[in-house]
Amino acid sequence: MTRHIRRAGVFCALLLVALLLNAARIQVVQAPAYDGNPANRRPDIARYEQPRGDILVGGRPVTGSKDTREHLRYERTYAHGPLYAPVTGFASQLYGTTLLENAEDDVLSGTHPLLVPFPLWNDFTRARYRGGDVVTTLDPAAQQAAYQGLAGRKGAVAALDPSTGRILALVSAPSYDPQPLSGNGTAASRAWRRLNADPDRPMLNRAVRRTYPPGSTFKVVTAAAALDAGVIRNLDVPTDSPDPYTLPGTRTRLSNESRHCRDATVREAFTFSCNTVFAKLGVEVGAADMAATAHAFGFNSDHLRVPFPVARSTFDSSLDRAQLALSSIGQYNTRATPLQMAMVAAAVANGGEVREPYLVERTTRPGGSTLAAAGSRPARRAMTPSTAVRLRALMRDVVRHGTGRVAAIPGAEVGGKTGTAQHGFGNSGTPYAWFVSWARGDHEAAARVAVAVVLEDAQADRGNISGGDAAPVARAVMSAVLNSREGVPSS
Amino acid sequence: MSKAGITVATADTPAPAVRRLPRRRGVELALIVLGVLLSVYGYCDVGLAQHGTLPPGAVGYGAGLGVLALLAHLAVRLRAPYADPLLLPIGVLLNGLGLVLIYRLDLETPGDRAAPAQLVWSTLGVALFILVVLLLRDHRVLQRYTYVCVVAALVLLILPILFPAVNGARIWIRIAGFSIQPGEFAKVLLAVFFAAYLAANRSALAYTGRRFWKLQLPTGRVLGPIVAVWLVSVGVLILEHDLGTSLLFFGLFVVLLYVATGRTGWIAVGLVLAALGAVAVGRLEPHVHSRIETWLHPFASIEAGEGANQLTQSLFAFAEGGVLGTGLGLGHSVLIGFAVKSDFILATAGEELGLAGLSAIFLLYGLLVERGYRAGLALREPFGRLLAVGLASLVALQVFVIAGGVTGLIPLTGMAMPFLAQGGSSVVTNWAIVALLVRVSDSARRQHDGRVTP
Repeated sequence: MTRHIRRAGVFCALLLVALLLNAARIQVVQAPAYDGNPANRRPDIARYEQPRGDILVGGRPVTGSKDTREHLRYERTYAHGPLYAPVTGFASQLYGTTLLENAEDDVLSGTHPLLVPFPLWNDFTRARYRGGDVVTTLDPAAQQAAYQGLAGRKGAVAALDPSTGRILALVSAPSYDPQPLSGNGTAASRAWRRLNADPDRPMLNRAVRRTYPPGSTFKVVTAAAALDAGVIRNLDVPTDSPDPYTLPGTRTRLSNESRHCRDATVREAFTFSCNTVFAKLGVEVGAADMAATAHAFGFNSDHLRVPFPVARSTFDSSLDRAQLALSSIGQYNTRATPLQMAMVAAAVANGGEVREPYLVERTTRPGGSTLAAAGSRPARRAMTPSTAVRLRALMRDVVRHGTGRVAAIPGAEVGGKTGTAQHGFGNSGTPYAWFVSWARGDHEAAARVAVAVVLEDAQADRGNISGGDAAPVARAVMSAVLNSREGVPSS
Repeated sequence: MSKAGITVATADTPAPAVRRLPRRRGVELALIVLGVLLSVYGYCDVGLAQHGTLPPGAVGYGAGLGVLALLAHLAVRLRAPYADPLLLPIGVLLNGLGLVLIYRLDLETPGDRAAPAQLVWSTLGVALFILVVLLLRDHRVLQRYTYVCVVAALVLLILPILFPAVNGARIWIRIAGFSIQPGEFAKVLLAVFFAAYLAANRSALAYTGRRFWKLQLPTGRVLGPIVAVWLVSVGVLILEHDLGTSLLFFGLFVVLLYVATGRTGWIAVGLVLAALGAVAVGRLEPHVHSRIETWLHPFASIEAGEGANQLTQSLFAFAEGGVLGTGLGLGHSVLIGFAVKSDFILATAGEELGLAGLSAIFLLYGLLVERGYRAGLALREPFGRLLAVGLASLVALQVFVIAGGVTGLIPLTGMAMPFLAQGGSSVVTNWAIVALLVRVSDSARRQHDGRVTP
């Protein structure tokens, strides 16, 4: 009997070993798979267990957190939802995060490795650290001005500090309030369905995620390429351009809105936005040099992050001459985001150097100490300094006595370029109105702001669309920047 | 030898005098204090983790548990001084830990507080423990009540059929607001019956009857009653949809038959019968069939878009625990929902105490079972041996069936984790088991003859 009791005991021991091994299998070997299962709510519960870090504009948080006492405890709130939605995006318990809420999620939600005091500390304590804050580069006055300028319209504004690349304003209209999306109830899903069904697509960030044909504003790029390539040496010598201009290799004739374009000088052609002159200039520069210059301005790049990704602005490089002619006046396959066109204006204002734009000045720990700072971004030369000087003069003339007179600001040097982009089948769509510009206060050393404005629903007649429509918005944004505290980064 | 009984060796006993084993009551007391302190610490830990303050009832809880354990200890000291010093402390620690886990889950379900009732049941359990230790002076008395035990067990098993089903199983009876699971009590009675009957008939079972190929089949006269009892109990359980308990009885039956007769054939027969039964029940019973499907494909409900089922939620809880656990009061095992405090209590332990804590709990059960087996080995008379092995095997099988079920090792069958889970009948029964083991181990160590040290 003793032997059999021992054997039965061994059997019980085997059961114990099986339980221990199986527990180790579940809790150690397979644990990562279970933890990552989408039906496991624990990561969500942990994520919303504490208030989310805030996004700061001008030293004040524009976001907040609300304690709902529900299973997913804290919900995101927004102080000025629609105003900052193109920057913050939303942070929804149902639909994830977008834009800054997405790009800086690790800091805001407290999972950023640098928020932990020691490496591997979290693996032991399992404590979750309070989220840090994200300090943006936005100028609240500029943002407000852009938002008001676009009120009731469809379009976008991007404004930069040319010498650093700091984004001062980023507005898309129509906008939306991200707060109703924050929760996980039926209200959130209703808001989500409503916003997605809206034909005006309010959740589309037009300033960075949508490209438009840049139209005549692209002539800044064409002029820079022509000056750098030596195709033109003197801005005031007639260019020997016909009007209308027959696109090379076709019978299509390109004409102008303005009457002063036949044999106009580059200065006149730029001031009055002569398509014929710039189409011919682009062809003379050649596709390779045009593409190289466009690339230097930032076109054809998939890698721009501000820190959320910016849609690729395109300038086709495999073109026949007729296509090149159209591309050089911002039509055909040339497309740009408003932010890209702000970068073009900023490059001119910054002596020919493009500073990569960025939106996050720094991230901080909950106490306010700096977690990571923006640091200096790489600069890229888009044109020679002398070309930049000449382009500044050209853009200044547009505002002084050309198509952009509306943008003039007393007490400041303002340069700009209007644009009208045709689109739709047979150009039947309402044209897009563009205005790109920069401004320098008379007593300042360098330009403080570069702006790009695009309006999708320009109503005026084609001759003077931009000056009448987009330029006032740009002027309001530039004034706001020039009037805000002297060049001090808001913190 | 078996007649030596409980009488203390006297002067007439011829030399050489066997050296008496130490009583070890001081060790028991120290371990009990440790068990109570650990439980109180867990209780405080829950309060600190959830609210940042000590829970208001900590002192009362600790004092209550301490007094209960102390009374039990005094009873053992008085009437079972040679008892194994590990049995009672393990019971105290597991029961205290169960109370902590249930209290911790009560905080998540404010509308449904189970800890106070569980404390009352624990008190009753310890009271029963004290009664058994005080009144049952010799376990062999139980042999006289072999047939009383079996009739009582069958009545207890049949009783719930007269009551409405609760959650798909007819295993509860409701009296005056209390839910009682008579099947829990029945298992101790059946263990006593099996042990007594097999002790009386083991020679007949082992050595008479026909030889059939390699199997020695005993005569129907000997085997008849025991198979009949087993068939009735299993049949009733299948009617009551309580697969876990039926599996438990079956396992107990096979283990005791094997230990009593030493015939390996019983294991083969047992396995064949178990396989046949499992296939039949799995095919015929939709309730059981779905359990097996869930076991084989725990993620099917997620893929079907219905969200995680109970078993998957339990696995998530274990996985979240990892090696060291989230810490008491900091897990989310309440997501399991229904039965989180009873059948799935182990998931809370796994999530909040981690693999380390879970292994410790398993080892505590292992130790309890091992002490039972040791007592069985040390005894010389067959009833005591079979009773000790039977009771220890009950605990081992029950722990394996439910712990294996909630960790996905075997199909899930509803059953209470001994001492840990919410459920009054279970706690009381387990205290009775520990009391009987204390009594048996006291006999074993008292009459120690220097051969197998219990």
